[in-house]
Amino acid sequence: MFDGYTTSELLSIFAMQGFAGLSLFSVFVLMALGLAIIFGQMGVINMAHGEFMILGAYTTYLTSNLFQSYLPSLFSGYFFVAMLLAFVVCAALGALIEWAMIRHLYRRPLDTLLATWGLSLIMQQAYRSIFGAREVGVELPEWMMGAIQVTDLVELPINGLFVMIIALAIALGVYLLMYRSGWGRKVRAVVQNRPMAEAVGINSAGVDRATFALGCGIAGIAGAAFTMIGSTGPSSGQAYIVDTFLVVVFGGAQSLIGTIVSAFSISQAQSTMEFFMSGSMAKVLTLLVVVGILMLRPEGLMALKVRR
Amino acid sequence: MKTSASPLKWLASREGLYYLALALLLVVILPLALDPFRLNMVGKYLTYAFVAVGLVMCWGKAGILSLGQGVFFGLGGYCMAMFLKLEASTPEATAIQSTPGIPDFMDWNQLTELPWFWEPFHSFAFTLIALIGVPVLLALIIGLAMFTRRVGGVYFAIITQAIAAILTILIIGQQGYTGGVNGITDLQTLMGWDIRTDEAKTLLYFVCVGLLFLCLFTARFVQNRKLGRILVAMNAQEMRVRFSGYDVAAFKIFVFCLAAAFAGVGGALFTLIVGFMSPSFIGIVASIEMVIFCALGGRLSLLGAVYGALLVNAAKSGFSESLPELWPFLMGALFIGVVLAFPNGLAGLYQTYVMPLEARLFRRRTPTPPAAPATGRKDDGKPFDPMIDHFSPEKS
Repeated sequence: MFDGYTTSELLSIFAMQGFAGLSLFSVFVLMALGLAIIFGQMGVINMAHGEFMILGAYTTYLTSNLFQSYLPSLFSGYFFVAMLLAFVVCAALGALIEWAMIRHLYRRPLDTLLATWGLSLIMQQAYRSIFGAREVGVELPEWMMGAIQVTDLVELPINGLFVMIIALAIALGVYLLMYRSGWGRKVRAVVQNRPMAEAVGINSAGVDRATFALGCGIAGIAGAAFTMIGSTGPSSGQAYIVDTFLVVVFGGAQSLIGTIVSAFSISQAQSTMEFFMSGSMAKVLTLLVVVGILMLRPEGLMALKVRR
Repeated sequence: MKTSASPLKWLASREGLYYLALALLLVVILPLALDPFRLNMVGKYLTYAFVAVGLVMCWGKAGILSLGQGVFFGLGGYCMAMFLKLEASTPEATAIQSTPGIPDFMDWNQLTELPWFWEPFHSFAFTLIALIGVPVLLALIIGLAMFTRRVGGVYFAIITQAIAAILTILIIGQQGYTGGVNGITDLQTLMGWDIRTDEAKTLLYFVCVGLLFLCLFTARFVQNRKLGRILVAMNAQEMRVRFSGYDVAAFKIFVFCLAAAFAGVGGALFTLIVGFMSPSFIGIVASIEMVIFCALGGRLSLLGAVYGALLVNAAKSGFSESLPELWPFLMGALFIGVVLAFPNGLAGLYQTYVMPLEARLFRRRTPTPPAAPATGRKDDGKPFDPMIDHFSPEKS
């Protein structure tokens, strides 16, 4: 497939496709972070994660409309308000769902999968009833439009760059929260040994709820960022859920670095191959390779070294 | 549940009566009560029952949740569709194409000769073998790769789901070879026999019922042997079974392949009964819906799975006709309800509420419901509660 390209042409193709893949990377990272927290720390499969993301996207859409009608002077900064709102809304709903549904299912991971799938169907149809089946887009503030010219061939759209910065910032935030804060220590203690964690006075039910809410909140931020690079429809979330699960599993379920590395490699592989073949074949090949590697190495790229 | 010596005695037993009741419903009541169109719809629902029965064995008994049963259903269906399509694409029938004798969608996609993997599907015997063989082979490969590495539970579910996604994208992307998103349509005859007439559809319905009972008896046979007990034991205490010297992976691969074979047969019948096959029946959403057929019926009950498939599909088409917006809410509620409120599905509800009533009516001693296998799980410190699912494997 490389026939007919010179080396320099190939290099710039890889560079261009690499930058194009970065926006996919950002979406993967943002979505996978929330999933990885919920799945890696709690062993719960949240099939409705995509719908939480879309909830964040719709929150952003509503916020941007509000700013446009009532506070046009502050429009350039609406995104930060929207991001905060998306986080709060999704985290609150997440806590509610955890209380109503998930906490009854902690010992039955396969059943959480089915129950959250049901939740995702309900949420999707709710979006369709409220916002309509058509995709909606938000208006970008002026400073986010345009692109930075790097070389003659390569230019970086500002919105894509911005989303990537958010993704990385949130990844850093999650890392600090999980590994450098007292609360993160509690979460990790509960993951490693629940009875012992309870014995030293950690409220494990509270930790569970907060973890689930945090994961959903991050999905909300992911949704807010998602509106910057694409339009939002009721089933946009479902389109990403399988890929994102693969990202999480491929990276090794309990490793944040693994998640980021696998998000990067999967998105880059897909977007680079897209140049040489049809988009669907690129996706098939990427997924096949990932599934193949997972079959050979089920613990993922960066496995937690635990004696089993 | 011991097998009686004589079949007649078995038919008079409680279990035999349930089978008789189902047979009565499917063979006598529904064909008499419904017009050919509706009966054909029921036939379509029944093809999903094959998948559901497979899932009872695979998920209910052995605890392996596959979210990719649509893949096997689809492979069986596509095998049959390829045979029928080749039969429909005779050089005479396709004379207006630029390359006569190949399926129409290939001609539209500028293919000039039949791809190699289509060639064997000229033979009906090969098709019959392939529609079971291809799904089983894929299940064998997946099973060998995953179960021998002791991958199970959630990981297995995610990977099978990814495989469903891959197959769907592949079929949609390779339009020239597979018919793309429209699928393989315009199927007319099976060995010269027109499958579109009302008589043919009614006959196909009865073939479907017959094969379904064959599947049910196969599953029942497996379930009542030592093999079936090992499957259940494996689900409850995988380590103990392994340490007793059984090859856990081999049993898992076997039951996964069995479920795949059932699904393949169901898919082939689906193609015959519905008259086409398309990727929308095999994707992620379709595959996970197949799990709900099994879950609603009761994940441990073979007959329940048949009723589950019938009810969910009937409700689905009923609501899609009258209140399409309401259906996803109901479907979602069904998923949540089946997990949270009645994990043993209709069969569980029947056991809890109808059986005591039955016993009072017939003045018989309350039958002891089939003893739920003790899980030996002591860590949760709760008494055994039949309404809580104690069967799903606990993986961390």
